[in-house]
Amino acid sequence: MIQILETLARLAMWLLLAPLLPGVINKVKAWVAGRRGPPVLQLYYDLARLWRKGVVISTLASPGFVAGPAVAWVALAGAAMLMPLGPAGSAISFRGDVLLLVYLLALARFCTAWAALETGSAFEGMGAAREVSFAVLSEVALITAVLALSVQTGNVTLSDMLSHSVGSGAMLLAAGLFCVLLAENCRVPFDDPNTHLELTMIHEAMVLDHSGPPFAVILHGASMKLLLFAVLLSQVVLPVGALPPLAGTAALAGAVLAVVVAVGLVESLTARMAFRRVPLILTASFLLCLFALLLALKGGA
Amino acid sequence: MNSTMNLLIGLAMGLNLLALGSGRLPAIIRVMSVQGVVLGVMPLLLEYSFDWMVALVALVTVAVKGFVIPSLLRRAMRTAKIEREDEPLIGFVPSLLLGAGGTIAAIAGARMLPLLPEHAGTLLVPGAMASVMTGLILLIGRVKAISQVCGYLILENGIYIFGLLLIHSTPLLVESGILLDLVVGVFVIGIIVDRIQRAFDSLDTRKLTVLRE
Repeated sequence: MIQILETLARLAMWLLLAPLLPGVINKVKAWVAGRRGPPVLQLYYDLARLWRKGVVISTLASPGFVAGPAVAWVALAGAAMLMPLGPAGSAISFRGDVLLLVYLLALARFCTAWAALETGSAFEGMGAAREVSFAVLSEVALITAVLALSVQTGNVTLSDMLSHSVGSGAMLLAAGLFCVLLAENCRVPFDDPNTHLELTMIHEAMVLDHSGPPFAVILHGASMKLLLFAVLLSQVVLPVGALPPLAGTAALAGAVLAVVVAVGLVESLTARMAFRRVPLILTASFLLCLFALLLALKGGA
Repeated sequence: MNSTMNLLIGLAMGLNLLALGSGRLPAIIRVMSVQGVVLGVMPLLLEYSFDWMVALVALVTVAVKGFVIPSLLRRAMRTAKIEREDEPLIGFVPSLLLGAGGTIAAIAGARMLPLLPEHAGTLLVPGAMASVMTGLILLIGRVKAISQVCGYLILENGIYIFGLLLIHSTPLLVESGILLDLVVGVFVIGIIVDRIQRAFDSLDTRKLTVLRE
């Protein structure tokens, strides 16, 4: 009984805290640009507004158009349940759960791309193609990072992998995972979340025909994915699991905030990258993770 | 001491990959000069006691590789009004992967070599081989003369790291002679670059192969 309550509380915390992150990023961007910017809670208002609106569904679309975002959201929520939160550990933990995490992220992406293709619009197909082709590279980097972590700690359970210090490879992994975070969440050097120029859109192009509650679910899922990656990145660098509960939670929250502020700074200080340069940066982040893996192998041998 | 040196060589290896991945000529020149400075301070770390000759060589290396040669190259770029974008023969991603593969192979291969015990723990040999490999990829994979010069200089940096292994037994005269050769070489190349630009309106070395009267 206690366990069920705890899991529910944890789920509620993930769901409620996630939309805060894009708000913080936008606040940082506004602060750098000298504007006042939208309120930090803007995404909550947006989600509430979208939830009350009606849905426009193309006559061409199959039920997958609505099912896709829903499945993606559930997959991301499940991935969030697997992710340990510092000293509190994860809600569900078993041997090899890290593989399930990677697959759930892939499932979420697949479902978003599927829903985009359902509309039959060439434009959304283009967005889906772009998203998936960049994901091929960023997924390789993510899997290499996971491999490096598991070799370093000799473990395949997420909560054990993240509670040890990664040692000298931590900085390499952090740099690689930060690039993956930016690419996976469609942040600036790879994609511009605010753009409405059709030639440069990736994620935005995919979700253009969604409206009302399904769109709210997509937006909320995206913010949860951002929180997921920020938590993963913070725990790779800081082994917060080893700290006492209160200090560990505070350190984790501080680290996530630092990651989000860094995303905001990157977003305001750099321009969007030319399309053909994106694979290069993703390959570089893969190499960073690969060298971290080699360091782990060498340290273990 | 060894860990500081390994850190510096690791930095130089990272700079190698940066040079392979950057598409703009000023960026490659900057990477090359930073690498020159990083490698230039290394003789100081190798010495147990302060030796003024070694310090002098380190100072001259830093000055020449970090400042003189890059400024010569930038000058050549300015006077010849070269486009900043480089065109690769081997694409950026393949050359980056080749460079990374070369670096890994160098680290793996150096373990099999019979090294002196005091060099076995350092990254000197793999760093040298990785830099030579990077220089080679830049030399054969880029069409602009300036980036080929940068490739040549990175290759020379690799040879310089090899030379550090023998710093206690080679006369410093050899080291300074190499430096002098380098400066003259880059100087001459700077003039040639200008001439190629005037004669062909481009620095694309592919055009040199179809030269006919």
